Amino acid sequence: MSYLIGEGLTGGYGGPDIIVDCTIAVDQGEIAVIVGPNGAGKSTAMRALLGMLTMHHGSVKLDGKDITALTPQARIGAGLSFVPQNDNVFTTMTVEENLEMGAFIRTDDISGTMEEIYELFPILKERRKQMAGYLSGGQRQQVAVGRAMMTKPSVLMLDEPTAGVSPIVMDELFDRILEVKDKGVAVLMVEQNAKQALQIADKGYVLVMGKNRHTGSGSELLANAEVRRSFLGG
Amino acid sequence: MTEGPEFLNALILLSNYVVLPAITYGSQLALGALGVTLVFGILRFSNFAHGDTMAFGAMVTILFTWWFQSLGISFGQLPTALLALPVGILFTIVILLLTDRLVYRYYRRIKSKPITFVMLSVGVMFVMTGLVRFIIGPKDQNFADGARFIFKARDFKKWAGLSEGLALRSSQLITIVVTMLLVAALFWFLQKTKAGKSMRAYSDNEELALLSGINPDTVVRVTWILTAVLATTAGLLYSLDKSFKPFVFFQLLLPIFASAIVGGLGKPIGAIAGGFIIAFSEVCLTYVYRKFLIYLLPESMEPETLVQLLSTEYKFAVSFIILVLVLLIAPTGLFKGKVV
Repeated sequence: MSYLIGEGLTGGYGGPDIIVDCTIAVDQGEIAVIVGPNGAGKSTAMRALLGMLTMHHGSVKLDGKDITALTPQARIGAGLSFVPQNDNVFTTMTVEENLEMGAFIRTDDISGTMEEIYELFPILKERRKQMAGYLSGGQRQQVAVGRAMMTKPSVLMLDEPTAGVSPIVMDELFDRILEVKDKGVAVLMVEQNAKQALQIADKGYVLVMGKNRHTGSGSELLANAEVRRSFLGG
Repeated sequence: MTEGPEFLNALILLSNYVVLPAITYGSQLALGALGVTLVFGILRFSNFAHGDTMAFGAMVTILFTWWFQSLGISFGQLPTALLALPVGILFTIVILLLTDRLVYRYYRRIKSKPITFVMLSVGVMFVMTGLVRFIIGPKDQNFADGARFIFKARDFKKWAGLSEGLALRSSQLITIVVTMLLVAALFWFLQKTKAGKSMRAYSDNEELALLSGINPDTVVRVTWILTAVLATTAGLLYSLDKSFKPFVFFQLLLPIFASAIVGGLGKPIGAIAGGFIIAFSEVCLTYVYRKFLIYLLPESMEPETLVQLLSTEYKFAVSFIILVLVLLIAPTGLFKGKVV
């Protein structure tokens, strides 16, 4: 039984079901990656775990507790954390304020966590008084991940964290995400750069048309001839 | 007469009839526009009821001023109305929160379009106007007391030895000081407190604010409370400076919206800049420059007409023209606000 598991997820945004009987699970200290072609429902599956869509079937369990009925806010309180693909920083606020807002629900001292984030992303410490809107794409992604880490989440969900950044920045980000994993956080990622993502993944889910097509460890999927042919470009 | 005093006289004349009134009026507009811009930034609609919220707040303050006066409570040299202001603010907070609960909240829950909210606010405006006229009546109300002048034109003339005088009315000084204090407090709140930062975050990116666990209900409530403070104070300061007439507040909506839009909707700093821009434009364009030019120009060139660019009746046209120009040329305003 995984730490976070969504089983038989079926639902959409009010219209037709975008994901059908989809199962996604991730454990602490593990990276799970959702890959698949455009429109496969990758982001939707992740949003289902967050409670951001209308569900018809399926359940979401966190640490054995059923959280299917909780609102997204309540799930954040329960330990989930989410980095959306777009608009994932407060552009008119400074880096430091972005991190503070990430820790909004905490009432204890957050300076320790902020130091940890600055250790993980040293550039953010340098830029902490700058507006997040003026940062480069890669630095912005770091702010976005940092903001999400401020709650000390047990599950970190990232929706295409490397979209629109250069390959060098992508490798750098993946390294940071591995570090986050090593802290015992369960990391769930949706990725376009499937090959690179599967290389660092402990577990991979290939979704097609909103359904689970292949599931396996990262290396298994990379070795699977069909997966290679259809999604990884040979 | 020599050149020097002529020049000084011209300067004093302009200070007395243009600069001082424009700063005062600009402060009042700035406070009004701050309320509009806050509601726009956070609740994402143009609040047409804002003018009448100002009228409501000023009305309650005036009612309590009369009551205080009848009890013999006074504030020395300062107007008693300042003592009644907190009570006025309290009542306005209650009515705004009640309005939100009864009118806006439902439409927020079902995620209505901004235009729905604008129309709702027009409805709220009509109800609020009716309420104010029903309670205090449509006529001019007199409630001012305390010292009228800090210094009078006559005293200034004697002191400076010039033929032009400069008068500073208490209402002008009170307006300027109260505005500065309130604006400083507002900016401190928005920049330094957790609640203020969460409001800016919510205004910046609603979805991300929700994902960060910011409670939208709290943000909305605090916004209405701040709006009540700003609107009541703006309404009272305007009434102290001019007079309290309920219908005036509807007319004030235009320059207030113009101020907020010129500065950039949703930007507090823009609302303040916009307020002064509109006020100075209005006063400068409707001022009669004849006397001013007589001081400065040689006798042969002295103007025979009034040298008034625009008659005072058209002062609202100034805001309107600026508004249209800004929307056509730079719709985000001076400080890159949101586009309606």
